Amino acid sequence: MAPPGPGAANGRITRWIDYRLPFVKVMHHELYEYPTPRNLSYWWNFGSLAGAMLVIMIVTGIFLAMYYTPNADLAFDSVERIMRDVNYGWLLRYIHMNGASMFFIVVYIHIFRGLYYGSYKYPRELLWMLGVVILLLMMATAFMGYVLPWGQMSYWGATVITNLFSAIPGVGHDIVTLLWGGYVVGNPTLNRFFSLHYLLPFVIVAVVGLHLIALHTHGSNNPLGIDHKGPGDTIPFHPYYTVKDSFGLAVFLLIYAVIVFYAPNFLGDPQNYIPANPLQTPPDIVPEWYFLPFYAILRSVPNKLFGVILLFSAIGVLFILPWLDTSPVRSAKFRPVYKKIFWLLVIDVLALGWVGAHPPEGIVVTVGRIATFYYFLHFLVLFPLIGKLERPRPLPLSIGAAVLGGGSVPVAERG
Amino acid sequence: MARLLIAAVAASALACAAVGLARAEDGASAPAHQEWSFQGVFGTYDEAALQRGFQVYHDVCSACHPLKHLAYRDLEAIGYTPAQVKGIAAQYQVTAGPNDQGQMFQRPAQPSDMFVGPFPNDEAARAAENGALPPDLSMVVKAREGGPDYVYGILTGFVKAPAGFKETPGTYYNATFPGHQIKMPPPLTADGQVKYTDGTKATIPQMAHDVATFLSWASEPNLDERHRIGFRVILFLVVAVGVLYAAKRRVWSRLH
Ligand code: HEC
Ligand code: HEM
Repeated sequence: MAPPGPGAANGRITRWIDYRLPFVKVMHHELYEYPTPRNLSYWWNFGSLAGAMLVIMIVTGIFLAMYYTPNADLAFDSVERIMRDVNYGWLLRYIHMNGASMFFIVVYIHIFRGLYYGSYKYPRELLWMLGVVILLLMMATAFMGYVLPWGQMSYWGATVITNLFSAIPGVGHDIVTLLWGGYVVGNPTLNRFFSLHYLLPFVIVAVVGLHLIALHTHGSNNPLGIDHKGPGDTIPFHPYYTVKDSFGLAVFLLIYAVIVFYAPNFLGDPQNYIPANPLQTPPDIVPEWYFLPFYAILRSVPNKLFGVILLFSAIGVLFILPWLDTSPVRSAKFRPVYKKIFWLLVIDVLALGWVGAHPPEGIVVTVGRIATFYYFLHFLVLFPLIGKLERPRPLPLSIGAAVLGGGSVPVAERG
Repeated sequence: MARLLIAAVAASALACAAVGLARAEDGASAPAHQEWSFQGVFGTYDEAALQRGFQVYHDVCSACHPLKHLAYRDLEAIGYTPAQVKGIAAQYQVTAGPNDQGQMFQRPAQPSDMFVGPFPNDEAARAAENGALPPDLSMVVKAREGGPDYVYGILTGFVKAPAGFKETPGTYYNATFPGHQIKMPPPLTADGQVKYTDGTKATIPQMAHDVATFLSWASEPNLDERHRIGFRVILFLVVAVGVLYAAKRRVWSRLH
């Protein structure tokens, strides 16, 4: 077991403060003693990695904002000034630019982890839904951030995506005018996007706070997907998970550093090094890689409004996931059929990503339609159905018993 | 450990594959790959090549193409002395002022001035170049798929059009340019077009390679520093990974 740590409120000053504002006590409880399942795998590292990414983005973003000029005539050059004349400006910008990609990789893995191990189920529904809110806010933030350097893809990406809202019957065009701050994408658009790009990350911080409160109410799910029942099932967060998360962070930073220092433009589009030109449409307008699956869903139907509805439903369906899944068992480890379709979903989303990267012609359209259809089939039909039909494998008695060797019980007897 | 590494590597490989796939099929055939001293983990710019490349830009390309994002003093980074930079800058005139009479006036450029372009504005450039706009070259290597290979490919790509290829008047056949019809007249036409001061033989491929090197530096002047710092950061992180892995093993061994 863990060595006895220093008590929550030792010193006189700490005690004085804690009596009035239990900061140290709460921190001690939530980050130190916090009982955590003893069997978390490395897939559970991605939550803390996402937190680290959020901090990295905010810190580099604040420094970039000290030099960046949100004006349509000056923005592109100001980013180039950051790259060339600001001390270590290139480093700041490459960390921020690739940070968005790393953030999405981490969050996507984090989400698929949740899908595999049933982390969205009772009693973690709100925790999951807050996560989906974070994803939406991240998407908005990244989209608006990508507009800021005011290159060709910034401009045309902004044009294509904001135009989607015009499909909404009745108010569509008013919404677009509001987003643009005028009748075209221009300086007012850039100004409001910068303002929001600065604001939204702090909204994300707030939602992450709620996400963590919800998490700490019932604790982490775990690879077995069974509740922890006693001290034999859990270990204190510190030092076990602090050291494991630190190790994971170091591995992650290593990969991140290789990209930042040796391939900083690999994930980006060369077109964005050409200043925005409203008179010249680029050969093809492709969003950043992390939006490609959604872009594919959007384009899978010829009707714009229907495409937009599908796009929003693709994320909306994640909100109601806890109620679509009818299985009493959380972890896919014990769900032979669900495990298979989980991997099908992974392949499906990758296929959508491939489709999103290509002009919608020929085979691309067909694959896009099938993959979009399957995406919704997976959540709306297979999810409820398999939960009912599948025979889960017997669950272990307890986490401790499973880890240290012990029996298992059939689902029906599960407490 | 192994699992995390596999997951991390798989995730990055997937992302790279997706991007690679997305790139592979766009437009014209990819330009042939050339050797560049600045590629790879230990890659650095070759100062002699940079200076030769600047000479090519200065003697040939600068007649049409601006280099907006560079200042003359930036040339000190590729080995020119402050006195040489002053001399180079003084070849150009910039508008300054107003003076105490309220008049704008012309003065020789100083090292702190940005590169002076060949035309006062884009319209003047188009008027002089038959309607085609010679793009700013300060970012061209980063703004094109293929980077330096592409620029080299363009400059060495002015070959005879295949039989039956219909050329639009005012365009030149270029094997690398998407659509093969470029509005730039072949800029490098004869060996020895530029008189290299370091004795290197100025063949067309040599000049193309040198100017592509120079333009790579213009696009990414901090590459040397980035590679150098990157190596140290990665070394540090490798050690950190090792130490933290050992720490993790030790702490967790108490559990069993
Ligand atoms: C006589 C004027 C002229 C000279 C000299 C000239 N260029 Fe160009 N260049 C042009 C024009 C015009 C274009 C635009 C071509 C088009 O869009 O079809 C162009 C385009 C280019 C492009 C961009 C091709 C693309 O993908 O859009 C590159 C790269 C380039 N030039 C490099 C050079 C280099 C390097 C030199 C010096 C060795 C040079 N040019 C000399 C006029 C010139
Ligand atoms: C959720 C966190 C964030 C994400 C996902 C994000 C994403 C992005 C992206 C994708 C870009 C475009 C990068 C490029 O192509 O150059 C960008 C640019 C920018 N971001 Fe952020 N960002 C975040 C947080 C912040 C914060 C908190 C700030 C300011 C306080 C900020 C300030 C900027 C500035 C000034 C730019 C323009 C400079 C540039 O393009 O490099 N960002 N951001």
